[in-house]
Amino acid sequence: MAVKLLGIWQSPFVLRVKLALSLKGVEYEYIEDDILNKSSMLLQYNPVYKKVPVLVHNGKPMAESLVILEYIDEIWKNHPLLPEDPFEKARSRFWAKFVDDKFVPMIIRMLRITSDQKDNAAKETREILKTLEGSLDPNKPFPEDKSLSFMDIAIVWVGYYTQMLEKMLDVKLLDDENTPLLNTWFRVVLNLQVIKECLPPFDKLLTHYTNFHERHTTAS
Amino acid sequence: MEKVKLFATWSSPFVKRIVWALKLKNIEYEIIYEDLANKSPELLKYNPIHKKVPVLVHNEIPICESLVILEYIDETWKDACPLLPKDPLDKANERFWAKFGDELVLPSFFGYIMKQGKDQEEAKEATLTHLKRIEQLLSEKEFLSGESFGFLDLAFGWLAENARPLEVVTGLKLLDENSFPNLCTWKDKFLEIPAIKESWPDQETLILKYQEIKESKGK
Repeated sequence: MAVKLLGIWQSPFVLRVKLALSLKGVEYEYIEDDILNKSSMLLQYNPVYKKVPVLVHNGKPMAESLVILEYIDEIWKNHPLLPEDPFEKARSRFWAKFVDDKFVPMIIRMLRITSDQKDNAAKETREILKTLEGSLDPNKPFPEDKSLSFMDIAIVWVGYYTQMLEKMLDVKLLDDENTPLLNTWFRVVLNLQVIKECLPPFDKLLTHYTNFHERHTTAS
Repeated sequence: MEKVKLFATWSSPFVKRIVWALKLKNIEYEIIYEDLANKSPELLKYNPIHKKVPVLVHNEIPICESLVILEYIDETWKDACPLLPKDPLDKANERFWAKFGDELVLPSFFGYIMKQGKDQEEAKEATLTHLKRIEQLLSEKEFLSGESFGFLDLAFGWLAENARPLEVVTGLKLLDENSFPNLCTWKDKFLEIPAIKESWPDQETLILKYQEIKESKGK
């Protein structure tokens, strides 16, 4: 097939690419890789980072989820993901980068957090989420399937994975007093059909990361 | 009348790439040099989240994050000196390598210069590994962006600009002609581009400024 996506089911970065392809109705072959035993295909297609997602289009590979999203948007012009206006584009890119720069290291930390550091980490996470809430315009209607944008795709996974962390660690991260608008936004957007179809199953995700957390916090 | 302001510091590699882009596209702008130990209320107003330079303010609207700013400049001032290529795959490659530069090459390079002992050794090894990849990119191209310079050259411009001044001041051999012939050739070509050559601080001034910093740290 002309379009292949190398991924792992639990990756939120792979999710972003799946969403973009789904929204634009692009047919593709999905290839599940193994994070503990990376395929030679992955190592060949992404020798620099050796990570998924990798999109292969007409034999040409590319990596980094946000770079892939922009490529998809430029090749398949239906359901445009990025706005036309350069400032709005810049704004979308800024917030997508914010999530990657601030939230991703936080989630990585949380997946290895010990019980004595949990509350502090939770507080910092809530602060990052509060800042993220600033990306939302309270006067703008919530997105629908047909209006999901680059920024929505870049951000939506944060809500799902945060919910997973809350259950896993028994902490409050999505606090309605702290981030009422963001929480509502997540609830609405995570319930959209196209999003639900691409999300990894919640219980599977929870079990997977609970095991991960146990392995990384138990003294060997 | 377009009003463009740039919040800057003289030494930031992220600021410099914006200065070059503005010059290449002949955009008139006002530059405001910040003291990072005493940030202006304006900077904090325009970049409340990161509180960093560069910030480009265009008709009172701020844009932050240097690679985001570069793309904004390229999309807003389309006619003069296009920075990114038209082909989506080429664009994707430039964006990928620019991100690689900022996330891996730049931190390891400056780590090598500023760290000591084992940390310095590790940073040196990492830098050499990363630079080999960039060296490889230049094996079939004049510039990182292809036949002529563009976005990716500006993104790696900090390397061209700082290699010799830092080598002179620290004595560390950073871009060795034997190991990185392509990069050295690229560096010299990049520094000859008029807009780059004419921007302040120039190579000699950089050497003086880095020397001052080294002496004030007593190293």
